[in-house]
Amino acid sequence: MSYDSFKVLKSSAVPLPIENVDTDQIIPARFLKATERKGFGDNLFRDWRFNQDNSIKNDFVLNNPTYSGSILVGGNNFGSGSSREHAAWAIYDYGFRCVVSSFFADIFKNNCLNIGVLPVEVSQSFLNHIFEAIYNDAKTELKIDLPKQLISICNSKYSEKFKINSYKKENMINGYDDIDYLCSMKSKIKEFESKSPL
Amino acid sequence: MAKTLFDKVWDSHVVKRIKNGPDVLFIDRHMIHEVTSPVAFLGLKNRRISVLYPKRTFATADHNTPTKNQHLPITDPESKNQLEALEKNANEHGISYWGLGHKKNGIVHVVGPEYGITQPGATIVCGDSHTSTHGAFGAIAFGIGTSEVEMVLATQCIMQPKPKKMRITIDGKLNNGVTPKDIALFIISKLTTSGATGYFVEYHGEVFRELSMEGRMTVCNLSIEMGARGGMIAPDSKTFEYIKDREFTPKGDDLLKTKKYWGTLFTDKGAKFDKEFFFKGSEIDPMITFGTNPGMGISITKSIPKAKDVDNGKLTYIKSLDYMGYKEGESMIGKPIDYVFIGSCTNGRIEDFRAFASIVSGRKRSKNVTAWLVPGSHKVMEAIKNEGLLEIFKDAEFELREPGCSACLAMNDDKIPPGKYAVSTSNRNFEGRQGPGARTLLASPLVAAAAAITGKITDPRSLI
Ligand code: SF4
Repeated sequence: MSYDSFKVLKSSAVPLPIENVDTDQIIPARFLKATERKGFGDNLFRDWRFNQDNSIKNDFVLNNPTYSGSILVGGNNFGSGSSREHAAWAIYDYGFRCVVSSFFADIFKNNCLNIGVLPVEVSQSFLNHIFEAIYNDAKTELKIDLPKQLISICNSKYSEKFKINSYKKENMINGYDDIDYLCSMKSKIKEFESKSPL
Repeated sequence: MAKTLFDKVWDSHVVKRIKNGPDVLFIDRHMIHEVTSPVAFLGLKNRRISVLYPKRTFATADHNTPTKNQHLPITDPESKNQLEALEKNANEHGISYWGLGHKKNGIVHVVGPEYGITQPGATIVCGDSHTSTHGAFGAIAFGIGTSEVEMVLATQCIMQPKPKKMRITIDGKLNNGVTPKDIALFIISKLTTSGATGYFVEYHGEVFRELSMEGRMTVCNLSIEMGARGGMIAPDSKTFEYIKDREFTPKGDDLLKTKKYWGTLFTDKGAKFDKEFFFKGSEIDPMITFGTNPGMGISITKSIPKAKDVDNGKLTYIKSLDYMGYKEGESMIGKPIDYVFIGSCTNGRIEDFRAFASIVSGRKRSKNVTAWLVPGSHKVMEAIKNEGLLEIFKDAEFELREPGCSACLAMNDDKIPPGKYAVSTSNRNFEGRQGPGARTLLASPLVAAAAAITGKITDPRSLI
């Protein structure tokens, strides 16, 4: 499925300064039973947002109206654990278009890129600046400029370059996906297959 | 130029290199299951394309299946729907499907090797992070997301930047009571859960050479828990002996052709790794985890580290201990437990049940413990019966369930209740992984057996 293109995003952000947030927290396994990609946002961080009797946990950031926006800022090693793309879907479906952290787990990062959520990896010190700025003023906006590969904390002196490989960058900017690309080289793949020893 | 095993397999599967981008990697074998594939098939439908090489994909139902009364209709409508979708998709596209009750059914990473789908030097992917298991055969095997499942179905390729290379060497002999699970938990405790992110690991040295194929699978399975894309072990005579004459391994002329390729599967002398670690077998003790990620493991006789001694993430560390109901500095030995789970693609193979039996044999289950013994596949279940282990379990008052992922991810009814402690041979102790509020302690089948008999954390060496 191709997705919305991503160029520049300016938004306030939701802070989640917890480390090693794993995909079982992002979306617990019992909510993986759908056969369509629908409604996963409702169960994003399910067990942190809701008590077991489905009442709301007021102390969790997504339940705090002070913080909002389409950028999620997480602690170090975000997205470890399972390969479930449902975690990225839940984040997208909830309304986030970008996740910022100082370190991402590999599969999660790939999954995000494949569905149009931009993972932005920043230095630990820059991440600390972001948290500080948001806790000082919840309306603080971040600006993510994908063509320039630059993330800035608006109205501050802080900005930082981030990395993304140029192929994925083009895809994100244009809203293309890998399958379109791979389908265009099918004859080459077929030739390769015919010579494969296994 | 001297090449690593990983380089050899990866490079021989690159269909195209994109400048400053990922490689287009050809995938030899693709395994699918009911949870991460349905949306991929929907994608194909929307694009009006069919599966390019259906014979290279294999489907099994495991994540969401009940482990009791598999002969009866599934009661949970959503699970039923997922299984039906998988069956329908597999049939529509000509993919072999080993559904519930099928004699080849089982956990995807257990049945792959059992039927010779897993082969040395192959590239293997599946929408499940523990696909790294298959690296035990010298394959490049890793977990992928649903978009990538769709890519492989459509084109038999995925697009991946080439990971960096890491080698972990462990020489020497293992101590008594130390199993492959302990080796893996030991490594993860040293490297942390992100220590190998961005890397593909080769395990090397005497300790791994001495392991059985089952043991190697356990170690490679847990590679993902230190963040690695996957882990692999160079194939040797044990590997070739194991795969010989399995249903999907090459035979006759094909075998001769593949053997030539297989003969090249080792790391050349002088090949460079981006990172190397060295440990000694004698450093490793039976391990147990005390926190909410697999890196939070210690030797079973040690006490829980103090927050002040933790390098980073002190707040997260304290949150984690709170969740577990533990305090820093406490000893693990003697802590009461409520549940024992033996199973999963980490420790659900026949050797794991033999190890469990070696301790429970002639003893009785603690009355305070509920135990779930879930074989990884029908083949494992058959072996448990044929080898007389079932009798041992019955005498010790344990009950055997039917194959599936079960309490490893608790998608079916096998959920550990909130607040309860479970010693599990599976792979993740994340908050709620085994059910909302469940508290998981990861350990080997021997440690699980000792806990099941005594009702508390016990050094298995006292019962061997
Ligand atoms: S047993 Fe657990 S880790 Fe293994 S395939 Fe099943 S859910 Fe995944």
